[in-house]
Amino acid sequence: MADCSSELRDAVLEAIAVQSPLRIAGAGSKAGYFGREIEGTPLDVTAHCGITDYQPDELVISARAGTPIAQIQAALAGQDQMLPAECPLFGGAATLGGSVACNASGPGRPWRGALRDSILGLGLINGRGEILRYGGQVMKNVAGYDVSRLQAGAQGTLGVITDVTLRVVPKPAREITLAYTLPAAAALARMVTLAGLPGPVSGACWIGNTLYLRASGTAAGVEDFRRRQGGDLVSDKAPWKALDTLDNAPFSGTAPLWRLSVAPSSPLSGAEPDMIDWGGALRFFAGGHDPVAMQDAALAAGGRAQLWRGGDRHSDVNGPMSSVEKKLQQRLKEALDPGGIFNPGRLFSDG
Amino acid sequence: MSRSTRVSGLARVKRKPDIDVSELLQGLREVLPAQAVITDEASLRAWECDGLPLYCELPLAVVMPREADEVAAVMSLCHRLDVPVVPRGSGTGLSAGAMPHPEGIVISLAGLDRIVDTDPANRVARVQPGVTNLSISEAAAAHGLFYAPDPSSQIACSIGGNVAENAGGVHCLKYGLTVHNVTGLTLITAEGETLTLGGSGLDTPGPDLLALMIGSEGLLGVVVEITVKLLPLPASVAVIMAGFDTVAAAGDAVGAVIAAGILPAGLEMMDALAIQAAEDFAGAGYPREAAALLLCELDGSDAEVAEQCAAVSALLHDAGASHVEMATDSATRQRLWRGRKSAFPAVGRLSPDYYCMDGTIPRRHVAQILAEISDMAGQSGLRVANVFHAGDGNLHPLILFDASKPDEIRRAEALGARILERSVELGGCITGEHGVGLEKLAQMSVQFSNAELLQLEAIKVAFDPSLNLNPGKGIPVLKRCQEYRALPQRHHHG
Ligand SMILES: Cc1cc2nc3c(=O)[nH]c(=O)nc-3n(C[C@@H](O)[C@H](O)[C@H](O)COP(=O)(O)OP(=O)(O)OC[C@H]3O[C@@H](n4cnc5c(N)ncnc54)[C@H](O)[C@@H]3O)c2cc1C
Ligand SMILES: Cc1cc2nc3c(=O)[nH]c(=O)nc-3n(C[C@H](O)[C@H](O)[C@H](O)COP(=O)(O)OP(=O)(O)OC[C@H]3O[C@@H](n4cnc5c(N)ncnc54)[C@H](O)[C@@H]3O)c2cc1C
Repeated sequence: MADCSSELRDAVLEAIAVQSPLRIAGAGSKAGYFGREIEGTPLDVTAHCGITDYQPDELVISARAGTPIAQIQAALAGQDQMLPAECPLFGGAATLGGSVACNASGPGRPWRGALRDSILGLGLINGRGEILRYGGQVMKNVAGYDVSRLQAGAQGTLGVITDVTLRVVPKPAREITLAYTLPAAAALARMVTLAGLPGPVSGACWIGNTLYLRASGTAAGVEDFRRRQGGDLVSDKAPWKALDTLDNAPFSGTAPLWRLSVAPSSPLSGAEPDMIDWGGALRFFAGGHDPVAMQDAALAAGGRAQLWRGGDRHSDVNGPMSSVEKKLQQRLKEALDPGGIFNPGRLFSDG
Repeated sequence: MSRSTRVSGLARVKRKPDIDVSELLQGLREVLPAQAVITDEASLRAWECDGLPLYCELPLAVVMPREADEVAAVMSLCHRLDVPVVPRGSGTGLSAGAMPHPEGIVISLAGLDRIVDTDPANRVARVQPGVTNLSISEAAAAHGLFYAPDPSSQIACSIGGNVAENAGGVHCLKYGLTVHNVTGLTLITAEGETLTLGGSGLDTPGPDLLALMIGSEGLLGVVVEITVKLLPLPASVAVIMAGFDTVAAAGDAVGAVIAAGILPAGLEMMDALAIQAAEDFAGAGYPREAAALLLCELDGSDAEVAEQCAAVSALLHDAGASHVEMATDSATRQRLWRGRKSAFPAVGRLSPDYYCMDGTIPRRHVAQILAEISDMAGQSGLRVANVFHAGDGNLHPLILFDASKPDEIRRAEALGARILERSVELGGCITGEHGVGLEKLAQMSVQFSNAELLQLEAIKVAFDPSLNLNPGKGIPVLKRCQEYRALPQRHHHG
């Protein structure tokens, strides 16, 4: 529960002085995930932890980057509140900083938003060793560019996140899970239809030939939904916790995993996904697949493919980028990290 | 007032005053139809300011492209000739963000006004930047969908302008701001290149450039296409209006609703002066004697709304509401909202001019800052009406003044600046949704350190190395910090 920001800053200044890259590490829960494998002196952020401010009536919480997500969730649960993005625990250790850096968002993402959506502000050590603060503790703030949300997905390539302020939401009064045995295509069709209708859906995923629907809200609203949708009421929360525990397929084991983030109604074509989440917008494919075929499939479906785990982690796991975007990404990296000391090569092989 | 005396803060920012105007105009006429290049002074007057007429400037020309490739051609030309470009949507901005640059051109996006595609299965629409905010929801309604952010200016403001300002509205408490409701953007960069971000999926790998672009006030790129998220229209909607005898009681009621775990679709507050002005203007049926009024909208299934209405009514009564009216039918709901939605023009009728502020504070300080604003207004000898997004602590003090009296302009500006500084002191910020523009440059140094401002400048340079996109707005040029702290010169027209 210590403030180690000055130690973190000293480490950054040292790295700048000796021109030696840093590899920023939270709990390392995502070490083999998301990004490319990189070299660098580890910069351990986990000691810089603790909730620094929590105002339940304002729906706002602030914590240091090394704080475990599990600790934040526990504090919120004590006030009947929650992180709308339900950040996955990745085996239990995931930290706030690592989760923000990966924009790691759970099953409610299409309805409750991604982690980036609830970021109100953060502290950042840039590549000049300066501690900067953007955003704040209020719901709306448009002064200056949104440097806070920019960090979501940057995977630590634009600076060390020191602390984050998030918007939280009240926990729904009631939440249920309904299950239906259905093949992938029929499950997808059902998810898409439901998403276009008003209702208390807060999760829709397909795994193991079963469609799971989650409904959250007032007791009356949820009960009404159950009556209309039928299905089997299950107490099993496993589908919504798949990325917390990582002990069920397709996340158990070490097989390569492709993650396709696409338009939710895009048809299933080619290989059948091993899991469909986010009401159709997120699809996981386990095992060896041709990278070009995966990218083409994602592109045709209005999205992007990532070699999310395993496989060749020195390749461009995040897929290709237009030359214009690459140029701007590189200039942006230089703007925040002129010496190129933060996680160089984590996102792209040449930047 | 002649051109030469209209010197603004901007004239000092431009580094190369030696633009070859005839080469510029000839180049513009090569890439655009003749009628799309406007240069005569009488016509240019229509573009001299946005919704904040305290700041005026005439551009060298206004161009009105109709296609993205025409925008790209204009941007390439201006990049080659090193000419400042100010993007403009509908000109309803309230921070002088679209005020022209005296040595540059205005590029109006109003002519790119098509809804390219509505995709109900994926609940997105692809639209051009000149499409008005309201027309997106109107088009989506056929599919039982709507676009959530609803600024009070939604009849007129463009979706491109909403993206540039990260606009909010009364429904943002539950549904978020523009940044939460856009999944893709196509921009033309300052160098005339096309940049596509996001798409129809929910995320893409890498730093969140989409978020960086949204709210960047036209400083990082010109938006030529937007993919917006559409939401299912709720089955049931109710509006509860409550009058209170004191502002403090209304402020406490807001806290009580949130603390009870209820997230209203909207939760808005007005003070006595705003209530009376709105009532005179719109006849919404507001209690004229109330010191403060709350409007709370609840939506969801019939069952959910009924349950929440009962809970909110009880909370409002407990908080001391003296007058409560509940509406579930559409006609009455619209009547209740009409007063709030027309509050700015309604307050505008009380005085020759008004100046709309936009600070945000932690919600728990609402009653306190309203009392302080009232004191500060008294000291300035000016009246202030308050209309605001109470649920998220976004204040809109409307300072009433007479712009024909230079002394009143000065007092109004000083009062506005003081309110924003006080917002920052209370843990808030200088702008919740209207942007910094030219207007709040001085207050940027109140909210940010020099290192933070320099980092913002470095990001600007990454996207616009020649500093030609809307120069002099949004972030102060640091070496001039002291001058900005002393406020740039302002000129009011007419
Ligand atoms: C089995 C498994 C499954 C996973 N599934 C998902 C998933 O479904 N969705 C998803 O989004 N992610 C997923 N991940 C990615 C996981 O790697 C995330 O990395 C996790 O939330 C990281 O938390 P952490 O604190 O352990 O971060 P780390 O793993 O330590 O770091 C993750 C990334 O963030 C950077 N980082 C960490 N802390 C900071 C900081 N303070 N400032 C700046 N950068 C920082 C690191 O450099 C690294 O690039 C998964 C990981 C594992 C191991
Ligand atoms: C009566 C009234 C009520 C209002 N209520 C609200 C409210 O409730 N919530 C709210 O958020 N705002 C409100 N506003 C402010 C204003 O309507 C918003 O800021 C709106 O988003 C501006 O859109 P516009 O098309 O008019 O943009 P403009 O005023 O034309 O431009 C605004 C800024 O955006 C830039 N810009 C415009 N189009 C583009 C583009 N295509 N690409 C890049 N940059 C671009 C301009 O350079 C400028 O910096 C209100 C204004 C008025 C007059």
